[in-house]
Amino acid sequence: MPVSVRPTVGPRAPTPSEPAASLPAETPIKIDVDRLNFYYGLKRALTDITLSMRAHVVTAFIGPSGCGKSTFLRTLNRMNDIIPGARVEGRASIDGRDIYASGTDVVALRRRVGMVFQKSNPFPKTIFDNVAYGIRINSLTRSRSRLGEMVEESLQNAALWDEVKDRLYDSALALSGGQQQRLCIARALAVQPEILLMDEPASALDPIATQRIEELIYLLKKTYTIVIVTHNMQQAARVSDFTAFFWLGKLIEFGSTDRIFTNPAEKLTEDYVTGRFG
Amino acid sequence: MERHIPHFQEELEQLKARLLEMGGLAEDRLRLSVKSLVDRDLNAVERVLAGDAAINQLHIEIDDRCFKLLALHQPMAVDLRSIVSAVKINTDLERVGDLAVNIAEASRRYLQHAPVKELIDLPRMAVIAQDMLRSALDAFVRRDTRLAQAVLDRDDELDTLKTKVFRDLLNHMVKNQGVIEPSLDLILVSRHLERIGDHATNVAEDVIFMVSAKDVRHHAEESIG
Repeated sequence: MPVSVRPTVGPRAPTPSEPAASLPAETPIKIDVDRLNFYYGLKRALTDITLSMRAHVVTAFIGPSGCGKSTFLRTLNRMNDIIPGARVEGRASIDGRDIYASGTDVVALRRRVGMVFQKSNPFPKTIFDNVAYGIRINSLTRSRSRLGEMVEESLQNAALWDEVKDRLYDSALALSGGQQQRLCIARALAVQPEILLMDEPASALDPIATQRIEELIYLLKKTYTIVIVTHNMQQAARVSDFTAFFWLGKLIEFGSTDRIFTNPAEKLTEDYVTGRFG
Repeated sequence: MERHIPHFQEELEQLKARLLEMGGLAEDRLRLSVKSLVDRDLNAVERVLAGDAAINQLHIEIDDRCFKLLALHQPMAVDLRSIVSAVKINTDLERVGDLAVNIAEASRRYLQHAPVKELIDLPRMAVIAQDMLRSALDAFVRRDTRLAQAVLDRDDELDTLKTKVFRDLLNHMVKNQGVIEPSLDLILVSRHLERIGDHATNVAEDVIFMVSAKDVRHHAEESIG
């Protein structure tokens, strides 16, 4: 089961259904969230979110604008910490360790939990330096040749290498939008994360570039645990193994993507995926 | 990075492979059911009956695959036509399996009697029905609309033979009331074989639709050029 197997205590999220048929043998739970509440000042943006995400699967968060899906995504690598007045209650753990426990090294956390944003944001540097940046500042290698290898591996894994291998020292800003987004993915992969958070990674791209990103997600899940926020329901259906539907800051339903898009348990989910609201 | 086949295309290939497996099972059931009658082979009857569960299970699995592919991938153009065609071909193949069971059951009843006559036209019908089914499946694999059209063109042969079988057996029954029961079973078999030809025709029509987006149902006499 994709859900936490801890004893049920207090209010729980809707029970996820069976795993998707196409999934490999059950993988361990990677991210476990228990009754998480999030506040922007006095305003509660997330209410009692409880769900568990397994390793090496793609989990998609869907829901109308303002439903809290991006806020929730950002709680998973504490990106919300930088927002003044933001406050978290409850528990979110990765590999069983609470990421909000005091003494947590947030920089180390964000290295383990990489992030890709809606708008590609390459540094105004060369393609090579964009990817090498994280490797250098994290001192992942001192060897110049190893650095080159790591940059190449990252670009390969982001399905960008063939397109840029002859112009690694050109400015990243000269790349197309789709290429820039894959460069940002390569940059995130370069520091060897375990989890990749993607916040609308294809919403600014054309259909062909979008398809490439979606295929990339499919390939990357063999190595990483992926969580993607998308307002494109069809994209969630295509790329994810599990889907969580959020509405007004609450997790309405979580289950295998197959089931959520063919036979959701909740009327709200059905109304949303069929386009009746949202 | 080597060229990657989008995983949706991989799933379409898997769907095709499962559908061909279904076709193979249906062909096999049909062949055995005809053998049971022509060779007076009761063992073949049992094998047909025992094999139906596998077809039924595959029928459900293929429908489920199609359902999920439609829901999760929102296919367009040829991909959409392929999946919609797969749903329909799947149903036709399952019906062929059912008809093979019906033939085997008629055969079992028939074998309790002495032969009514030497079987000539029924084996011919069986050969044509099997050819049509095999060709329809080949057309599906090769995306060959000409071969599919050839299947449509053969359907009349079956219909003509069925009428002939019916008239011959009617004569036998009029002359000798003792052969009414086994003769009725032979008439049923001819009817089942004719229906199998209809299902092969449906498959061929679906292949033409899948490949060329032309709907040739109900006016199959027109060449698809």
